[in-house]
Amino acid sequence: MAKKHPEGYLSARESRRISKENRRITAQFEKKRKRKKVPESEYLTQMHDSANAVEFDNLHTYFFTDAGTVKSVDGVTFDVPLGKTVGVVGESGCGKSVTSLSLMQLLQRPQGQVVEGEIRLNLGDGKAYDIAKTPNETMQSLRGNFISMIFQEPMTSLNPVFRIGDQLDEVIELHDGEGKSKEDIKRRTIELLEMVGIANSEGVYSMYPHELSGGMRQRVVIAMALACNPKIIIADEPTTALDVTIQAQVLDLLRGLKDKINSSIMFITHDLGVIAEMADYVVVMYAGRVVEKGTAQDIFTNPAHPYTIGLMASKPVVGKQVDKLYSIPGKVPNPVNMPNYCYFKDRCEMQCADCAGQYPKEVSISDTHKVSCYRYYEKNRKGGEA
Amino acid sequence: MGLTNKGLGQGAGRYHPGDPTGKSPEELKQEQEKRAERVRKGMESGPKSGSKLYIDNTFDPVTYDPQYILMVNALKKYFAIKGGMMSQTVGYVKAVDGVTFNLKRGTTMGLVGESGCGKTTTGRAILRLSGEKTGGQVLFNGQEVYDISNKDMRALRTKMQIIFQDPFSSLSPRLPVGEIIGEAVREHNLVPKAEFNDYIDQVMDNCGLQPFHKDRYPHEFSGGQRQRICIARALALNPEFVVCDEPVSALDVSIQAQIINLLRDLQEKFKLTYLFISHDLSVVEHISDAVGVMYLGNMVEYGDTADIFKNPLHPYTKALFSAIPIPDPNAKMNRIVLEGSIPSPANPPSGCKFHTRCANCMAKCKTEAPVQKEIEPGHYVVCHLYDN
Repeated sequence: MAKKHPEGYLSARESRRISKENRRITAQFEKKRKRKKVPESEYLTQMHDSANAVEFDNLHTYFFTDAGTVKSVDGVTFDVPLGKTVGVVGESGCGKSVTSLSLMQLLQRPQGQVVEGEIRLNLGDGKAYDIAKTPNETMQSLRGNFISMIFQEPMTSLNPVFRIGDQLDEVIELHDGEGKSKEDIKRRTIELLEMVGIANSEGVYSMYPHELSGGMRQRVVIAMALACNPKIIIADEPTTALDVTIQAQVLDLLRGLKDKINSSIMFITHDLGVIAEMADYVVVMYAGRVVEKGTAQDIFTNPAHPYTIGLMASKPVVGKQVDKLYSIPGKVPNPVNMPNYCYFKDRCEMQCADCAGQYPKEVSISDTHKVSCYRYYEKNRKGGEA
Repeated sequence: MGLTNKGLGQGAGRYHPGDPTGKSPEELKQEQEKRAERVRKGMESGPKSGSKLYIDNTFDPVTYDPQYILMVNALKKYFAIKGGMMSQTVGYVKAVDGVTFNLKRGTTMGLVGESGCGKTTTGRAILRLSGEKTGGQVLFNGQEVYDISNKDMRALRTKMQIIFQDPFSSLSPRLPVGEIIGEAVREHNLVPKAEFNDYIDQVMDNCGLQPFHKDRYPHEFSGGQRQRICIARALALNPEFVVCDEPVSALDVSIQAQIINLLRDLQEKFKLTYLFISHDLSVVEHISDAVGVMYLGNMVEYGDTADIFKNPLHPYTKALFSAIPIPDPNAKMNRIVLEGSIPSPANPPSGCKFHTRCANCMAKCKTEAPVQKEIEPGHYVVCHLYDN
């Protein structure tokens, strides 16, 4: 009798074969990446729309693990317009963070690789770089100056053994420090701390992270991200670890700063309430793909994809009493072994006959509102014939 | 300094041959007795009112009312701060500082507040999970929880259970799920051996787990499934009262909904009473019949969910509710942003503890601590604004 293995079981031989194959693939990527003196022409591109700060175009980011290839980001396309806030929402494991890490080129290499697609970063004056192909040395000058990131856990993103001032000074010195004296840099740091609403900025300058509360730490991390006036700020769940009252303070701060420094924000969160408050545009992700995108008005007043609808119904809202919360049945499919039909089909309660077919392409509902679902194919077709 | 009122004097009871002061043994004995007397008096009076170490333990005892499964009266739980050479107590962290509420049988009470306000400590103190209380009363079915012998407490534990926040650290990674759920059942001899397996299957089924999950280990489950295991473990003992300590905070939105629905179904089925601790106000509004709002160890407002959410009275409750993000881009925001953060519970502000952040602070608030008042039937608030 053959031994019955639980789901997801891999024999040692199979696992060895996979890891050997992975090494072969990742070595190719790494070889390409490690070349010295890559000519600029190789990663210079054109923005499709010069009003965008970043364009993600058919981005595929895979992780080559010993259990198989995890397609964390599997064909993601969306734009971040200049001076606007784009909210990316989805459950844990849907690829929100990996999308932003791809933009920063902070993926865990060599396992994690951008295998396909472009990320076009607008440098101004009609110049644009394809981040997916940009070499490390150039990236170093882009990070901080053009793109910067606010992480979720302020305690883990600050170094516990250095003073707040030293950590902020270092950022300015590395990215923007040419021709600046120590005093200039310190003045700039104090200015930044005041900008994010820290009253006792001189005192905080010489404090250690553990002496500050969670909200204050997050302010310091925000100051660090703003140090070199970046064009794009990626905020990766900046308020998830904070209390509601502190969250309100930090959101107020971010909104105010966005107007002040006129940069774009890519706001990643799983909290629909925070998104509604902050974002101009919303991107809903599920299992590594964008299922729906549009303006905040589109998504919240007229959600189209069954997943978005389910997500909204499953969150209790103050002031709206329901007897029973809606809960999306089933769970997210195994990322190693994705089905070849719509990833949400097995959990979807609004299926139609088409759903058994290929993964649905994106359809436009309105100029700004796009959704990947067969239900809107039907509608569109009928509308076209009439 | 060293010899003031700490312990008996160093010389007590010791024989001093050839005392250098030249006093007779009788005189020395008298002196010793006088000293011992001073020490005894000092111990009886204890730290004076106004001192950092003074614990005010006066409260009006409540009498048991059978409609309430749990009556908490002026409950205090302080944690000693040790310091100095001899690890003396130099102060207290007043984690829970006089919390009073009653919980009706078969209902859910939500406990909300910022982190560090004492929600979790209240929950644990009610279950007698964090050592002795500092003061007040906890009556469970009319029985003072802290007066029971350890042996009887063990038996009582089957009636009061807890579900912890983090399903990743509250399950032993070395035990299979069947054992995690069944361990306490066997320990308390709740079911005969022959029916044991069927009983566990039944419990797991109630919580949405399959019988074949029994032999798996916690790491094989997702967050939502693990929280189901935690719930099954608590329910296997057939409790009357369950403290849910942030059971959905670590979960995704869609999983949250599943767990909340499960908790509600189980409540209807087994007539459970919940104390639901959470910082997510929308979840609390959904699940609770009554809500208590805590700030720095005190319960500042307490009443029916509908009353509290429609008509919040305390300035802190108002600020807290206005900070909830609403998933509607058209929603009007008149947000009251609280400045600063929660003060240290080791050195709380005098008078009303909220006065440092309060928008309606009056002179009275800085010196005089407000008392609990009933504004509407069943709606209590602790604030000077409602003195008249």
